[in-house]
Amino acid sequence: MSLLVAQDLHKSFGRTRALEGAGLTIRAGEIVAVMGPSGSGKSTLLHCLAGILPPDSGTVTYRDRELTTMSDSARSELRRTEFGFVFQFGQLVPELTCLENVALPLRLSGVKRRDAERAAREWMARLEVDAVADQRPGETSGGQGQRVAVARALVTGPKVVFADEPTGALDSLNGERVMHLLTTAARETGAAVVLVTHEPRVAAYSDREVVVRDGRSRDVEFVR
Amino acid sequence: MSIGHALLGLLEGGPRHGYDLKRAYDERFGHDRPLHYGQVYSTLSRLLKNGFVSEAGVEAGDGPERKRYAITDAGVTDVERWLGTPEKPEPYLQNTLYAKVVLALLSGRSATEVLDAQRSAHLATMRGLTRRKSDGDLADQLICDFALFHLEADLRWLELTAARLDELAEEIAK
Ligand SMILES: Nc1ncnc2c1ncn2[C@@H]1O[C@H](COP(=O)(O)OP(=O)(O)OP(=O)(O)O)[C@@H](O)[C@H]1O
Ligand SMILES: [Mg+2]
Repeated sequence: MSLLVAQDLHKSFGRTRALEGAGLTIRAGEIVAVMGPSGSGKSTLLHCLAGILPPDSGTVTYRDRELTTMSDSARSELRRTEFGFVFQFGQLVPELTCLENVALPLRLSGVKRRDAERAAREWMARLEVDAVADQRPGETSGGQGQRVAVARALVTGPKVVFADEPTGALDSLNGERVMHLLTTAARETGAAVVLVTHEPRVAAYSDREVVVRDGRSRDVEFVR
Repeated sequence: MSIGHALLGLLEGGPRHGYDLKRAYDERFGHDRPLHYGQVYSTLSRLLKNGFVSEAGVEAGDGPERKRYAITDAGVTDVERWLGTPEKPEPYLQNTLYAKVVLALLSGRSATEVLDAQRSAHLATMRGLTRRKSDGDLADQLICDFALFHLEADLRWLELTAARLDELAEEIAK
């Protein structure tokens, strides 16, 4: 059952052709690693899949809805309610506490402060960062910050979590901890994960991998 | 390292004497372990028996080293199958993988496919280890991590090689 399907994506930045016919199918609940050399178009592909970046041509379909022809507001609504995001760094609002950061996506969807913060606390406990709830992101370690970011990505109950090098700035032990908690939580909630990574040990948390080379992607058969 | 397959791969370039083959092998793959003549001839006679090579003329004089060997269709199929089958992921594969990549390039096959198949086999093994690690105690975790780091080193080498295939193809063609 496919949840998110991209077909024949092309995207150029000026003269740089970042995507040249990339395609990808994500099924509900699966964890897919997107691998490939630096500059091959992994992040661009992720941004197109998530509706952050419009492709020049090609289609992205989420549950029978075509992202590329949707209005901007419909697309942001979809991103807010169905998708979660974890990046390498810089995604938490520095002025807010970690708890407020995790609660933010719910607040933006109109959930009352008390309810939002209760849900946020639960997610922070699951990600083992409840101890830093009242600190600001700048006052946490890199590993804690990433786990706060994962809690924030999952708090809305997304169907797809997009993670671009989520462990890129962490040492092995902290990276593994983030991956273990992220994938365990995703499996428990049935969220699919699109995981861009250079690191084979990080990709080993996935169910299968897709290799991007020169802006083209190649699905590797599901092996379990 | 499968010497038989490497010799077959080299024979795809044209028929050769046993002596020629040994030289070609040593030059490309024998860096620190050149073949013995005995190995070359015993391998060739096995390949002959299996129908993967045939005798292609004998030069004047006698002795087995005068025979030329040519790869047969069955031999080509066998090389094809060998290149298409990823190695069982385990440390210290470099020699075999390197030979597969070189022979794929020499014969105009896709070296990228060899590397992709191997990456996929490695990752499948790494997934198994990662799952075992999540379910296990600390001792399990440490043992799995040891294997994971070694397999990761292989994969990094594979990625690096994949990124330099064009360069390698040029060098080999010289
Ligand atoms: N906003 C942009 N403006 C101009 N060029 C861009 C932009 N974003 C990406 N590119 C170019 O598009 C190509 C693909 O970039 P992309 O970031 O998708 O690669 P990547 O696979 O994620 O690389 P990395 O592993 O280094 O993160 C590169 O050549 C890059 O320089
Ligand atoms: Mg990137």
